[in-house]
Amino acid sequence: MVKTKSLGYRAGMALIYILLALIALFCVIPFIHVIAASLSTPEYLASAGFILWPVKFSLDTYRYIFSTSTVFHALGNTVFITVCGTVVNMIMTVLMAYPLAHNYLPGKKVINFLVVFTMMFSGGMIPNYIIVRGLNLINSYWSVILPGAINAFNLIVLRNFFAQIPPSLEESARMDGCSEFRILVQIILPLSMASLATITLFYAVAHWNQFQQPLLYLNDSEKWPIQILLRQMVILASGAGLGDSGAMEESYVVPQQSVRMAVIVVSTVPILIVYPFLQKYFTKGVMVGSVKG
Amino acid sequence: MPKTASVPASAAKKHGFWAVLKKYRAFYLMLIPGILYFAIFKYGPMWGLTIAFQNYNPFQGVLGSQFVGLAHFKRFLTSPECGQLFRNTLLLAVFNLVFYFPLPIIIALMLNEVGNKWFQKIVQSLIYIPHFISWVVVVGLCYIMFNNQNGSITQLYNQLTGGQLNILMSATAFRPMIVIQMMWKEAGWGTIIFLAALAGVDVQLYDAAYIDGATNFQRLWHVTLPSIRGTVVTMFILRLGKFMDTGFDQIYNMLNAMNRDVGEVFDTYIYQLGMVAGQYSYSTAVGFFKSIIALVLVIITDRLSKNMGEDGVF
Repeated sequence: MVKTKSLGYRAGMALIYILLALIALFCVIPFIHVIAASLSTPEYLASAGFILWPVKFSLDTYRYIFSTSTVFHALGNTVFITVCGTVVNMIMTVLMAYPLAHNYLPGKKVINFLVVFTMMFSGGMIPNYIIVRGLNLINSYWSVILPGAINAFNLIVLRNFFAQIPPSLEESARMDGCSEFRILVQIILPLSMASLATITLFYAVAHWNQFQQPLLYLNDSEKWPIQILLRQMVILASGAGLGDSGAMEESYVVPQQSVRMAVIVVSTVPILIVYPFLQKYFTKGVMVGSVKG
Repeated sequence: MPKTASVPASAAKKHGFWAVLKKYRAFYLMLIPGILYFAIFKYGPMWGLTIAFQNYNPFQGVLGSQFVGLAHFKRFLTSPECGQLFRNTLLLAVFNLVFYFPLPIIIALMLNEVGNKWFQKIVQSLIYIPHFISWVVVVGLCYIMFNNQNGSITQLYNQLTGGQLNILMSATAFRPMIVIQMMWKEAGWGTIIFLAALAGVDVQLYDAAYIDGATNFQRLWHVTLPSIRGTVVTMFILRLGKFMDTGFDQIYNMLNAMNRDVGEVFDTYIYQLGMVAGQYSYSTAVGFFKSIIALVLVIITDRLSKNMGEDGVF
């Protein structure tokens, strides 16, 4: 492409670079602040203001939050839910997507419609709660795993991906007497690694960040994931919390500002660490998803 | 999707039901867990909507509770909360459309102009990050910075101006805060779809416009914008269809006694009444009402987008 190099053009480009740099900075600055503050000596923090570098570096806050089992326990719960939940998600989604990728399968259209309909209409919060309670899942980890076992959107993305694999591959395996299940595991899945990775990541992040389901279904504070603990420690303890008399309220000692920051860092860092390695898949996933269902 | 020649689609008609079932038994077996899941956790709750027409009593169950017809709907539609919930939802949606919606497009256009690939990559990597952070953390970060006793930005502001910044407990700041959080979290991620559309623009069009003496602005107006128009219209319509979706996680965590009047939306109201106050039937009726409006909106916007010559939403 030919480019004009007039003064106006250069000034415009400079402005664009500056604006973009500012936007990028705006996106990461809260993290930098919280990480810096949580690594500061708590006593100095009160008067430090909006710092971007630790004041008197100290790991005291982290030592403190890991000396009690609360944060550790909640993180453990989240890891457990994320790992088990994602495994359930992937098995359920793959098993359903593969048959639906075959146009000739009788009944496929009806099932497809019933799946897409759930994306437009749902029973809502209370009927969902009644079903989960009816199945005796309240206060069980299953209550935050099973109700979201298949995400209709991910299912459609995966089905579309399976459908574009040349059918001749399965045909020849079928001729050789290979069972459908073996075709799926040994031929289709190895060809779909990139898509599977993307969807696994979407499911895993969704589990890690899950808030509404544990709020509804896990009343036992022993089973709280980190997101619920975060609400208790950071938001409710800030004194501006919701004035509801929900079952969740527990008398916490109001945590210091630095403790709140450290808890935020601890709950966010796992995502920030894996992010650079997985970014490629994440963006790819969005583009796969933009292909119509 | 290519049709497979060896398996005729009419197999279902030629043979009986059982023959079809037997022929594709492996596929149907694989479908069982998924179908069970959708039946129990998606269609089960839809059946549970019947309690909206009852005075549901957990001990009598969905089948045994007293039928009251549309009483709960009438009660909601005539209550002052109905108007308030609609106003709050509508205003948040309008704020989002006016202030949030153009942002990803503008950022994508700027990123597209950047010649330095290295700079482009870094900016993209950084602005995608907030998308992966949970709403609890986003609101938590807000509390840490703006909480009125020891928030870091509050402190800074108070020192500089001698004033008293009070954002979290203020009703006027609620809607701007919600939209700013939305911008921070999703604007970067939202650029992906527009960047893809921009990458599809034919470079020859730019060259031709340049040779014809078009200024930079004219090229933006006559080449770039028309070529991403389809994507913009589709995204706009999608957003209209999601009008009733005011994220529960975000709003629930931002709500407090001081901003409840402007912040309460359908989902938080349903949670408060159903889960906290235990009014199962009434809150289910409110949720049912909301779901129906959402469904109608999606259908209307789908038609709208097809009429405008764009792809439908589905």
